[in-house]
Amino acid sequence: MSYYFTILSPTDVPLFNIAFGTSKSGGDGIARFRFPDTAQYMNQFIIHSSLDIVEEAQWMNGNMYLKHIDTYPPASAYISAFLTPSGARFLLLHQPPQLASNSGQGAGGSGSMGGSMSGSLLLGSAGGSSRASASSIANNPTSPQTEEAVRQFMTEVYENYVKTVMSPFYRQGMEIKSPVFRGRVTAAGRKWL
Amino acid sequence: MSSATKASRIGEELWKTRVDKVNAELVTLTYGTIVAQLCQDYDGNYQEVNKQLEKMGYNIGMRLIEDFLAKSGVGRCANFRETADMIAKVGFRIFLNIAPTVTNWTSDNNQFSLIFEENPLADFVELPDDGRAQDELWFSNILCGVLRGALEMVQMQIEAHFVSDVLRGDDTTEMRVSLVRYIEDEMPPDEE
Repeated sequence: MSYYFTILSPTDVPLFNIAFGTSKSGGDGIARFRFPDTAQYMNQFIIHSSLDIVEEAQWMNGNMYLKHIDTYPPASAYISAFLTPSGARFLLLHQPPQLASNSGQGAGGSGSMGGSMSGSLLLGSAGGSSRASASSIANNPTSPQTEEAVRQFMTEVYENYVKTVMSPFYRQGMEIKSPVFRGRVTAAGRKWL
Repeated sequence: MSSATKASRIGEELWKTRVDKVNAELVTLTYGTIVAQLCQDYDGNYQEVNKQLEKMGYNIGMRLIEDFLAKSGVGRCANFRETADMIAKVGFRIFLNIAPTVTNWTSDNNQFSLIFEENPLADFVELPDDGRAQDELWFSNILCGVLRGALEMVQMQIEAHFVSDVLRGDDTTEMRVSLVRYIEDEMPPDEE
């Protein structure tokens, strides 16, 4: 599974984004999206296009974690959202690994190396498939386990986000450049996703 | 060592009984805002910011010593080592609820270091990443001024400065305090 995480300010200014891959079931934490490297903007495009749905969903209940709210089937991209009380939006795009049949098409720009790597990744997940069933985080983006893992991830990021915006040198609405925060988000991703 | 344990006990006791507590975030955010505002006012001239913080601390220290003596009721320290324990275990305890470690004495007992394991002033803080703040700004420099001001009122001229800070990526936060001289039979200079 590959992830793209972004934080948007209440006025839709992107404050932070990071791409990473799964570290569960033998993953190496490197993101491999289905788009060629030259089209990574597709992640931003998909994730921002879910904002309308976030805005609809945010008034449906009082929860901060909105769970899985949107899907973009052509890229099988799933979006989960989390709202902070001050109106910042945390959005997580997750994309299950490519099936073997069309991996060549997806690896396009990255060449043979990318292809072989995604091949080995698939081998790894196939080896563990007796244990890692269809409900595991890596394979099924809508399972309750995944929802729970994403919730844990969001909560941990939220805690760190609060600490980061409390820094006196951070001004509201400013891009989050803190390497400490980036490190903590990466660690949270490794821990839960 | 007995003076240190005695001081710890006094500090602990005072913290429990005589001290009004305020919310830690209030202190942290207020102080952080002051430093950030100074950085803005002096346009990123961090030497000047350090100097201003020290000066603010000095003015606080001159008043704070009175409060300290009134609250603690401790008497005159016999020597500078005892003073150091008093500062670390009583002073810092009742005003910030921390007790930095006193260490690295010079052989003439005139210089020591305070190692801060925690620093409530610097919670949440990340220095601006403009490439200079990490090398130039001493975020908690107000504390140096407080010590200088306070000790000056009790006839000790000292010099205090930070030598390392976890905010800069160092392993510890360390302040170096050196006794310059005992002030005898003169009024405190009214320079500020």
